[in-house]
Amino acid sequence: MVEVTPPSLPAARRRPLSPHLGIYRPMLTMMMSIAHRITGAALYVGTLLLAWWLIAIATDAKAYAEVTFVLTSFLGRLVLFGFTWALFHHLMGGIRHFIWDAGKGMDHPEREYLAVATLVGGLVLNVIVWAIAYAVR
Amino acid sequence: MSDKSYSLRTPLNVVRHLGAAHGGTHHVMHMRFTAYALLPLTISFVWIVLGLIGKDYNTVRAELSHPCPAIITLLFLLTGIYHMKLGMQTIIEDYVHGESSKHWSLWANTFFCYVIGLSCVYAVLRIGFV
Repeated sequence: MVEVTPPSLPAARRRPLSPHLGIYRPMLTMMMSIAHRITGAALYVGTLLLAWWLIAIATDAKAYAEVTFVLTSFLGRLVLFGFTWALFHHLMGGIRHFIWDAGKGMDHPEREYLAVATLVGGLVLNVIVWAIAYAVR
Repeated sequence: MSDKSYSLRTPLNVVRHLGAAHGGTHHVMHMRFTAYALLPLTISFVWIVLGLIGKDYNTVRAELSHPCPAIITLLFLLTGIYHMKLGMQTIIEDYVHGESSKHWSLWANTFFCYVIGLSCVYAVLRIGFV
């Protein structure tokens, strides 16, 4: 067995530090990694809206009218637009993770293409779904 | 090899053969399994909601009470909320380091996910059965 006791400092204090984000040049792959986490956290909070909508349907027509009034207002639509974008962006990011889990797309040009595909794919899907929403309304 | 004066792992860790989280394989795998399931479930759920836009209360309620949309919604909710519980746990473990604050944040995460999950499932079942 290797000697594990450090010469002077406790082992915990001699562990390497993570790179500091503040001195990193922002890169698309890095921004998409952060965006994946932020959209995930936003969707977490967004479940409150989903719960409100479902509970309102389960309650009565008056409760449903209230939730519809709020969600179809200008601010409500703005929040919902962001909510669905977060959903599709996170979905695209998930597909990117599936590709990585298969051991593919981690080298230089591919990972940049995947980062762009995540960003563009999420935005395009969101616009398509909202176009359908306005068309069937 | 001869210059190994210390390890990055603490002595207790070396004995236990565990990381800081004391386990995590099932966390990683469940994150993947729920993600695979959520791909078709999310698309299906968005499709269901798109079909309800602009319809009056009675129609929305009637359509959601059909078995197929109700089952897809339930699966989407349960899988999604489990997925987001795992995800938020990772975020907490990454950023909240105080022993007490981490403990209570993890508790709050579990509590929120059970409350939101049970509320949504109750609502869907009520739409279907009442």
